[in-house]
Amino acid sequence: MPPTVSPTTAGSLRLVGLTKRYRTGDQALSDVTLEVPPGQVLGLIGPSGAGKSTLIRCINRLVEPSAGRVFLDETEITALHAGGLRRARRRMGMIFQEYALVERLTVMENVLSGRLGYVSFWRSLFRRFPPRDIENAFRLLERVGLTEHADKRADALSGGQRQRVGIARALAQEPELLLVDEPTASLDPKTSRQIMRLIREVCAERGLAAIVNIHDVALAQQFMMRIVGLRAGRVVYDGPPEGLTPAVLTEIYGEEDWGPLKPAQTDEEADDAAGIPDDQDIARAL
Amino acid sequence: MSGAGQPLWRRRSRAAELLRWLGWLLLVLLFVVCWTLMTQEQIWEFVWDAPTQAADLFSRMVPPRWSYMDSLWLPLWDTLNIATLGTLLALLIAVPVAFLAARNTTPSLLLVRPVALFIIVASRSVNALIWALLLVTILGPGLLAGVIAIALRSVGFIGKLLYEAIEEIDTRQVEAVRATGAGPAQVLDYGIVPQILPAFAGIAVFRWDINIRESTVLGLVGAGGIGLQLKASVDVLAWPQVTLIFIVILATVIASEWLSARVRRALI
Repeated sequence: MPPTVSPTTAGSLRLVGLTKRYRTGDQALSDVTLEVPPGQVLGLIGPSGAGKSTLIRCINRLVEPSAGRVFLDETEITALHAGGLRRARRRMGMIFQEYALVERLTVMENVLSGRLGYVSFWRSLFRRFPPRDIENAFRLLERVGLTEHADKRADALSGGQRQRVGIARALAQEPELLLVDEPTASLDPKTSRQIMRLIREVCAERGLAAIVNIHDVALAQQFMMRIVGLRAGRVVYDGPPEGLTPAVLTEIYGEEDWGPLKPAQTDEEADDAAGIPDDQDIARAL
Repeated sequence: MSGAGQPLWRRRSRAAELLRWLGWLLLVLLFVVCWTLMTQEQIWEFVWDAPTQAADLFSRMVPPRWSYMDSLWLPLWDTLNIATLGTLLALLIAVPVAFLAARNTTPSLLLVRPVALFIIVASRSVNALIWALLLVTILGPGLLAGVIAIALRSVGFIGKLLYEAIEEIDTRQVEAVRATGAGPAQVLDYGIVPQILPAFAGIAVFRWDINIRESTVLGLVGAGGIGLQLKASVDVLAWPQVTLIFIVILATVIASEWLSARVRRALI
């Protein structure tokens, strides 16, 4: 029997016994079982090499898992062949560390590349995207605050702007789920918060679930609904952000003096942590 | 200062130093031996005579016979066409070969890649002049042999540089395009082609520049172009014509070098 998932909500993700061993012998993931309900924004934390990136890439099979199964709603992604996998990938938008934009293409081409799974090769070759896609791309650029940069080359933008293009590209897919890999790894603390807030907001607006790899524990506590801690490819913590006590962090990362861990350290951060951002916050974030 | 427990730093140990000196000594000895072997059959009277001979030849070469230019325009145009058409033909063959040879785009590492690499090596190991020699025998003298000779030689050059460029692309950009659900041809178009386009243009222009120079000599073996006139003039000892041909070749090469430098700068 297939699992009972409410048919009205889309974008529920289920990982069962997911395991990845690389050909080099590295055991990146060991028997990870995880369920992400629709609309939940989940933060994945853990030391470098704990398997966070591998986990995310096993979901859309940029990395082939060695064992275990991945379900998106009722679709078993791990059972799909080339064509079916490509159609399934359209439902999962991915946002990358260091943006992974195609640097020599324009901002607009990058956003429209989110539609590649929907248009034919010839249409995409001559950049003749359907008017609806183009309209939608302009709306997304407006949403992330880059309307006037549409025709600039991606490598002409700043780090924060590039990641906004990355977000717009992922949203252009009209996904049900976002896979987010270290979105703020090369951004300054302020820009990092703006990007995280933007991701939270678009998830809330569209009812998207998301898995977000984060290096920065404070950032994870501030923006995530639920935290999963990974250590050496195993889930060692799964709970609310408030549950990240020094003992838990030691369990995830190993022995260290964790200092004061309350997320609300400064006035600005206290503001942000207080709850839903107001209009001014959004305006600033853009 | 070394007595006070100060560690004495030396880049190489004494033995290594000695070994290096020995190495240099052997190299010099080798040079001397080779020089003696090379020159033992040299008739030195001819060498002592060389300045007189050179002066004599020079006096017969100047002034250039400018009126001969009228019969050079057409061969010059042929030469440019051989280089340009040869480069275009080479691009048509080399681009698919490069994608088959690059580790990250080849359909099969074990079957297809070695074949593609062999095509590249085979093409590179034979000089254009030798290709032309073979092709003149097969196709008969003329432009066609020249164009194909240039193309065959260039396939390896362009293929090698291009496949190296393909192997050096940023894989994350490719991964990002794949993650959208794009098909293989779309991944190529959006993820790979934009990254190699500057290298591709640079390589093509650079090879065209080299081919201009190579095509000036193809006529020596009958493959058309200005080299044909060069050979004819040398054969009848018409030295003032030879001088003019040298000047024309030099001017053409300088012009093509200038043009390709301009194009390359515009592309980066």
